[in-house]
Amino acid sequence: MNFRTLSKRLLFLFMVVWAASTITFFIPRISPRNPVRERFAELARTGGFSPEDLEVIVADYSKRFGLDKPLLQQYGDYMWGIARFDLGISLNKFPKTVMQLIFESLPWTIGLVFITTILSFVLGNWLGALAAWPKSPDWLKSVATSFVLFQGVPPVLLGILLIFFIGFKLKMLPLGGAYSIGTVPSMSLNFIFDLLRHQLLPGLALVLGSVGGWVISMRGMGVTIQGEDYVTFAEHKGLGSRAIFRDYYLRNALLPQVTGLALALGNLVTSAIVVEGIFALPGIGTMLNSAIRSNDFSVIYGIVLFITIAIATLMVIVEFIYPLLDPRIRHQ
Amino acid sequence: MSSVTLSNTAIRQPNKLTLFFRYLRRNPSLTFGLLIMLFLIIFTVHGLLTIDTKHAYPLAVRPKQPPSFKYPLGTDFFGRDLYAAMVIGMWQTAVIGIVAGALGTIIGTILGFISAYFGGFIDGAITSICQILIPIPAFLIQVIIAGSIDKRSVTIFTMAFVVLLLAWMGPTLVIRSQVLSMKERQFVSVAKLSGMSSLGIIFKEILPNLLPFIAAAFIAQVFQAVFASFYLAIVGLGPVREPLLGNTIWSAQTQGAFFNGWWWWPIGPAVAMILILGSLALINMGMDEMANPRIRRSE
Repeated sequence: MNFRTLSKRLLFLFMVVWAASTITFFIPRISPRNPVRERFAELARTGGFSPEDLEVIVADYSKRFGLDKPLLQQYGDYMWGIARFDLGISLNKFPKTVMQLIFESLPWTIGLVFITTILSFVLGNWLGALAAWPKSPDWLKSVATSFVLFQGVPPVLLGILLIFFIGFKLKMLPLGGAYSIGTVPSMSLNFIFDLLRHQLLPGLALVLGSVGGWVISMRGMGVTIQGEDYVTFAEHKGLGSRAIFRDYYLRNALLPQVTGLALALGNLVTSAIVVEGIFALPGIGTMLNSAIRSNDFSVIYGIVLFITIAIATLMVIVEFIYPLLDPRIRHQ
Repeated sequence: MSSVTLSNTAIRQPNKLTLFFRYLRRNPSLTFGLLIMLFLIIFTVHGLLTIDTKHAYPLAVRPKQPPSFKYPLGTDFFGRDLYAAMVIGMWQTAVIGIVAGALGTIIGTILGFISAYFGGFIDGAITSICQILIPIPAFLIQVIIAGSIDKRSVTIFTMAFVVLLLAWMGPTLVIRSQVLSMKERQFVSVAKLSGMSSLGIIFKEILPNLLPFIAAAFIAQVFQAVFASFYLAIVGLGPVREPLLGNTIWSAQTQGAFFNGWWWWPIGPAVAMILILGSLALINMGMDEMANPRIRRSE
């Protein structure tokens, strides 16, 4: 990869981050809602301080958040904050910064997304490749094709059905939550087992929801590759079907799938966020849910921005590791 | 010498309907998708004609009743008849999907045309805006927009608008690439040489050939719009008062429906949503096959 493409991709990354942060800056500011006032009006209803005090507090906090400055200066401060990874302070959990809150819940989400993505990518591509491979047995082809039925169904709906059948009817797995109520988080084997039991259904929902897409695209790719001359040549050379499958067929078909993985990241994270909400798992999704419920705007914007930047960065990273997989690009 | 006599009866061309059914037989995903869609439409129309719409809103019936003969899908914690809520919710989902899908497709088609036909700076600007916006997860931006609107004034049309704001890039790029390839075809050159105007070429030569792609893009957009509005509703950003399918699941979840044993509350809307999205995905797959004759199977 030469310097030109490198700088081009970095410029693209910069543009995506800039666009996302500009959108998150301007949309709330053209909206008629005033998050600070809403927050304190809510407090005033429950805590009972007089309306005049409310005005003073709102004015004070607006100043503290820099909302009284001219728009352009606010925009500058905001961008400078993002450059320093400072996403502001939570309105609801006041002294904590948004970054602190994100880092508290991030490991849960990363764990869930990482494991389910790897699982569904490997399983889906393997099944898709076998479905297109003429020598694989018929039952395997029909198993692979049956996964296609789940394609298009959001994982969260599969999650609800799984909760109903496995959690509610059969009572085999818990209905939700990170660990059983009453257990104390510790590094004991029992606790880890309990944790995994709770992650099983959401994980299954996410895997089932995304395997179908990989099966379809991999099967399409596999069918195309079968007609290629190099596969025919390898057959005529007398190579075993196992070697052809692994080195000629899988390796070539897998390359576009890696690009597909980069493009699918956004959907995967979105699905995971919504699934977390349904299963009441701790993580970014549940944090977003509760921030929406309590009108904690700085947390909502912070999460959106953080995830966007993370996904755009991951996409660029995938493009950078692409040459490692494809020698044709490496040697250019 | 015996002469070969041709039978006088002309070969009868089967009428359009027969041809359509014959095509459906060769395209199972389109057939299944259309059948499910037909079932959903009948269910909703029949429901709209028979239910009392008031029952879809809180405090209308006895709360927390399991499915019974009187309430086929049960009633929820707030005293809504879930059957009525589902009928209204499906109707509203259809409205959001069709409004946002149609507008997104129209905007995308226009932008795609402009971009491909005029090229140069305009093309560069439109495609780079699309490429920068596509990696940003639309759902997250929609969360911000929906969160910035006053919750009490959110209606299903606001939902459609929020979804629409980030739903035009897909069709723009699809139509652009199709127009680009079509522009180089010979029939366009012939039209150009015979002195046809730009607008004439666009509307009389290119547009009719693009219709299958526009139809496929429309179905894909409806799918996206239903999906996006469902996700927004399920995190609690839907119109609070309406029994939108995602809203019903959201309220069931916030009231701990499964923990309390009210299993019928979230299951109905979840199954309905699976059927809606499933049929749209199947129709989409079938349309792809129709729009792209290369993968169309021979008779």
